[in-house]
Amino acid sequence: MNPLNIKMPKEKKVSYVINIFGVLAIFLLLVLVFESNFLGGRTTYIKGICTTACYTIIMVASLNLLTGFMGEFSLGHAGFMSVGAYSSAIVTNALIGSGIPNFFLFLIALIIGGFAAALTGIAVGIPALRLRGDYLAIVTVAFAEIIRVAFCNFEVTGNGKTMSGIARLSNFYWVFWVMVVCVTIMYMFVRSRFGRTVKAIREDYIAAAASGINVTFYKVLTFTISAFFAGVGGAIYAHYMTAMIPTNFNFMYSAEFLTQVIIGGSGSLTGSIIGATFLSALPEAMRQFSQYRMLAYSIVLVLVMIFRPGGIFGTYEFSLTRILKKLLAKIKQHKSDDKEKHS
Amino acid sequence: MSEVKKPVLEVKHLGITFGGLKAVDDFCLEIGESELVGLIGPNGAGKTTVFNLLTGVYQPTEGTYYLNGLKMNGKRTHQVVRSGIARTFQNIRLFKKMTVLENVIVAMNMHMSYSLFASVFRSKKFWREEAEIEKRARELLEIVHLEDKADYIAENLPYGQQRRLEIARALATGMKLLLLDEPAAGMNPTETAELLDIIHVIRKKFQISVLLIEHDMSLVMKVCERIQVIDYGITIAHGTAEEIANHPEVIRAYLGKEESEDLYADN
Amino acid sequence: MSLLIQSVVNGLNQGAIYALIALGYTMVYGIIRMINFAHGDFIMVGSYTLFYTIPLMIHAGMPPWLSLFVAISVCVFVGVAVEMIAYKPVRKAGSMSALITALAMSLFLQNLAMVLFGANPKSIPAIFTLPVLEFFGVKIQSKYLLTMSIGIVIMLALSIFVKSTRIGKAMRAVPQDKQASTLVGISVNRIITTTFALGSGLAAVAALMYCSTYPRATIDMGSMMGLKAFVAAVLGGIGSIPGAMIGGILVGIIEIFVKVYIAPGWYEAITYGILIIVLLVKPTGIMGKNIGVKV
Repeated sequence: MNPLNIKMPKEKKVSYVINIFGVLAIFLLLVLVFESNFLGGRTTYIKGICTTACYTIIMVASLNLLTGFMGEFSLGHAGFMSVGAYSSAIVTNALIGSGIPNFFLFLIALIIGGFAAALTGIAVGIPALRLRGDYLAIVTVAFAEIIRVAFCNFEVTGNGKTMSGIARLSNFYWVFWVMVVCVTIMYMFVRSRFGRTVKAIREDYIAAAASGINVTFYKVLTFTISAFFAGVGGAIYAHYMTAMIPTNFNFMYSAEFLTQVIIGGSGSLTGSIIGATFLSALPEAMRQFSQYRMLAYSIVLVLVMIFRPGGIFGTYEFSLTRILKKLLAKIKQHKSDDKEKHS
Repeated sequence: MSEVKKPVLEVKHLGITFGGLKAVDDFCLEIGESELVGLIGPNGAGKTTVFNLLTGVYQPTEGTYYLNGLKMNGKRTHQVVRSGIARTFQNIRLFKKMTVLENVIVAMNMHMSYSLFASVFRSKKFWREEAEIEKRARELLEIVHLEDKADYIAENLPYGQQRRLEIARALATGMKLLLLDEPAAGMNPTETAELLDIIHVIRKKFQISVLLIEHDMSLVMKVCERIQVIDYGITIAHGTAEEIANHPEVIRAYLGKEESEDLYADN
Repeated sequence: MSLLIQSVVNGLNQGAIYALIALGYTMVYGIIRMINFAHGDFIMVGSYTLFYTIPLMIHAGMPPWLSLFVAISVCVFVGVAVEMIAYKPVRKAGSMSALITALAMSLFLQNLAMVLFGANPKSIPAIFTLPVLEFFGVKIQSKYLLTMSIGIVIMLALSIFVKSTRIGKAMRAVPQDKQASTLVGISVNRIITTTFALGSGLAAVAALMYCSTYPRATIDMGSMMGLKAFVAAVLGGIGSIPGAMIGGILVGIIEIFVKVYIAPGWYEAITYGILIIVLLVKPTGIMGKNIGVKV
């Protein structure tokens, strides 16, 4: 048995450092690509795709908290996104002339968006989470539709017409780090007593209750956290698109997120990241085929369901640490092989 | 074992009605400290319903029950468990896709206190609690002889080990009263003997009381200090093993009259 | 007064459409416990079939409503194909997989239609040319009365079919106990396929009724209408055929009345509100039965 280690275990520390360097490397690579003008006139366009990919990652990963870890479906994720988008846009519209630097304004927008969506999440979650499975899925659709109808009827949100003139505060470099922070928080949540409890509820809620777990509390908590990040995603969306209409956040958009969760692998956050990146970047890269995008999604989805029900990545988490370890082991092996040869 | 102890569990006239049918009626029971009581009865007699009542899965329509003098009526399952009643299930209910160790740790969640922020920032408290809990979970696994299976996925364990894991998980809640629902069902004699050993060890080590539902009469007779027999939701006898074995009502319920064969058909 | 009667007629007409669609949901849910998200899109398939075949019928000198039979064939074909190709392989994989597959099929049908027919709405030629009736100053479209009667006749026929024919009885037996049904010689797979065929046929009829009221076909017409029809099925008690009819009529009438009298912008929210309340208060609906979890 290990001695009781009060501090962070060393291997964890190493793995965190490796991951930080990995993320930094990706970021610097992107900065290099964009700033060197390597892409020429297409830089802005590609940056835009990357921004889209970033908020899609937040949306898909947060939905995965529900679908993959809690084992329940939400088909109303776009509804929470719209709450974040509209609430943050209203606040920044009010604050825009007050001399607050853009960066802080953007932070305020994210926080407002997140909390507004989280509050909605609590309001929806407490009644809705008494249901499970397909009934819950359908109730989340109903709530999202009600939210959409509400935004169609409010004066501040454009009375059903496009709400435009939102300040463009999203900037790819900021959005990238927001995404990193969001995904990290979700990852930490999943790998804690909270995530463990939520997984237990997914496996067997009766046994979870019999193990002293307040099932309702943890379900609502997860639902709220998921909604919070959807709101953050929505805030980015609003301040990147600068104009939006409630029908943007319809059932189809929610379904698209769910599709990406499932294809990426429900229960794998890295699967969500990879899935969201590819599925939002690929069709943009092949513009002429964009009308086939959802068609292809749906076919892939059916094939995944038939042949690989856990999604492409399943619950497998991509780990930089593991790959580095394997590489090191290989190098060592190689060296010792060489030594044997020499001797 | 006739000395009088302060009752851990006190059940007074508990009853529940499902759509006009009395599933359990006027159920009374007292369990003293570290006592082992058996609850037996034919199939469909209402034994599991009693467990469901005692753990807040169902709310009783009549009667009250107390744990260490604390009224338990109206508490939800997780609250009952926190007060100190834990159970196992007749049809094993493990967290199938999680590891054996995780199965135990989940039940210790209520003894952990680090906050959401602590988990996000991976504070010192986080690491300390996680390490402590893991250590305790491994100790519990040792008691049920599963210490070398800690990293197995629960559903891959053989049947008998799954039942033992359920016991470890129940122990992890830190309860005072353990309800075992047919723990030996489907076990072979060696496994049953091992199970009895484990029950013996945990009673001695943790000073807990046990209420045991069991189908296997010989097992109940062997280990239980007192036995209560129910049939059709009604208590028909209680007493020591010897008294029960010779009780005419019990013999009738178990061996059955000609016309009561359908008793065994429903489950 | 005249507005009230007109609203009632409109509501009943709308309700009859929902009821026909809800029947499809309820029958499929009753038999395989799956929300067939693609069911709404069968209406879209039916409507586009009408759009393309009505001119042909008129060209050939035949009455336009004969297109209904083409639409029924196409819908039945699509429904059965969806069931055989996509749903059957995942049937044993659990309700979550089934739900996602159904969602995927819905997306597939809509996006296939988008690729084939384009995103612009298509206006459908008049199917019935019937006069507007006038009773004591109340104007009522007689085509509403016609479509309503078609709906009622079909629902009655379906009830009789399910109650008294062999296949109908089998359709009621399978949801009760699949294994027992197999034991008494019912081919469960065939019954499921039949159910899909029936449900999609009804969707084609619903398409005709819808298109004679609102002569427009759009790509996403099915998914929203499907959701509302699903609300109707849940309200009536999912799995129950008379429940679907009652639920459909209720939702139709409530929707029209909210639209006309209370809050025109909010009528959809009311429909979904009903769904939420029903599911939370009495998830079994008006006619449904309770299913508990055994511990």
